[in-house]
Amino acid sequence: MKLAGILFSTLLFLLGGCSSVEPWVKPYERAHLADPIMSFGRDPVADSYISHIYQVREGARGAEGGHGGGCGCN
Amino acid sequence: MGVGVGVTRVPLRGLLLALVLVSPAVLSGILPEDRADVLYHSYNGGGVEVTGPSYLVRKGDNKNFSASANYYTDSISGASIDVLTQGSAYSEQRTQLTGGIDYLHADTTMTVGYSNSDESDYKSNTYNFSIGQTLFGGLTTVTLGYAYGDDDVFSNVDPGFKRAAEHRNYHVSLTQVLTKDLLLSLNYDAITDEGYLQNPYRRVRVQNDSLDPSAGWNFNTPEIYPDTRTSNAFSANFMYYLPYRAVIKAGYRYYTDDWDIKSHNAEIGYIHPLWNRWIVEFNYRYYQQTEADFYSDLFQFANQQNFMGRDKELSKFNDNTLGVTLSYDVFEHGWGYVDKATLNFTYSRIWFDYDNYTDARQANPSAYNFNADIFQMFASIWY
Repeated sequence: MKLAGILFSTLLFLLGGCSSVEPWVKPYERAHLADPIMSFGRDPVADSYISHIYQVREGARGAEGGHGGGCGCN
Repeated sequence: MGVGVGVTRVPLRGLLLALVLVSPAVLSGILPEDRADVLYHSYNGGGVEVTGPSYLVRKGDNKNFSASANYYTDSISGASIDVLTQGSAYSEQRTQLTGGIDYLHADTTMTVGYSNSDESDYKSNTYNFSIGQTLFGGLTTVTLGYAYGDDDVFSNVDPGFKRAAEHRNYHVSLTQVLTKDLLLSLNYDAITDEGYLQNPYRRVRVQNDSLDPSAGWNFNTPEIYPDTRTSNAFSANFMYYLPYRAVIKAGYRYYTDDWDIKSHNAEIGYIHPLWNRWIVEFNYRYYQQTEADFYSDLFQFANQQNFMGRDKELSKFNDNTLGVTLSYDVFEHGWGYVDKATLNFTYSRIWFDYDNYTDARQANPSAYNFNADIFQMFASIWY
């Protein structure tokens, strides 16, 4: 849980300093990022099913990852 | 219908599934798209067949709110290696209902969700909340999540048996645009479990004579698990857009817990559009783990340790997965209220190889292995 606390503090620090950073990928350069094939979670039902398959048959769980995006395409 | 050793008893499954399903695809300042999915899934491996449908509907007001609902079932039949050595073939059904609401305000997305999973001897309720914030002109998305699961475990052979388990999942993720062609997603989950974490049916294998392995063995001693478990998982995933409209994706996850299981898994995929309306995707995944500190394939005598387990998911093993997905875009320019529709087919094969879990059906047990075939057929529409 200590690690979770450190991560949370780091994120709060990042949130506080966000306004002064200039985006280094401009909106007009984000066409590739906006392409649907660049989505981490293109098919949520199929993705969650495959995650379920592994959770049931493997000891590890969590951080399946890759859901969400941040392409700033709109 | 007989009663066997449950092979799907995994506490937490609802917890993680809820997070994956309900979490919005947090794009900068937008809600997930309105869509509906109808999926049929089939798993066949190790003597077990699991099939069923899954339906997902998501609808928003195009401004601030989006709601989603998912209905999912597993129809389980067959006889796994556990069942063949300790019980009788069985069949049962699990049903899961999941719902969630996303609220968008400026660059912040909040999600609340609820999930209920129900089967004859396992019932769970899961509640989750997450908040996502987009930063740096839409290049960074940070998401914090929390889920709480409350389970009741029953036994089909003992009507008076009832135990409880609680699960808490703390989630942090960061999605980062690195270049105009490269996306990174970092994920961290801390999970704590407390309560009855074992299978009420499974038993350990114990020598008939503690000093003479050749005297055979028995399955008379129930497993005994610790009643707490804490785990940490970290993953990094990349997607890279190639110059000719195709994507390479790669990911790695490290996992560790206080049962002494450590695992690494890595995967790589390639997504390639074909002839304008088709998309083909190839995936390969490798997974390996160490054994839990209270696991043994064969104990010398009953009560040898405080905690004793012989679940193959707690043993040392690895698995390899190869998968292919085909998607077809039905309408090139939409149709009426339907903006887009796709038909999809996915096939995966997993090879499981166990290092120290043996096939106890044999007189001189050797390391167990099996293959699983997984099919998914689904239709998706966006409206």
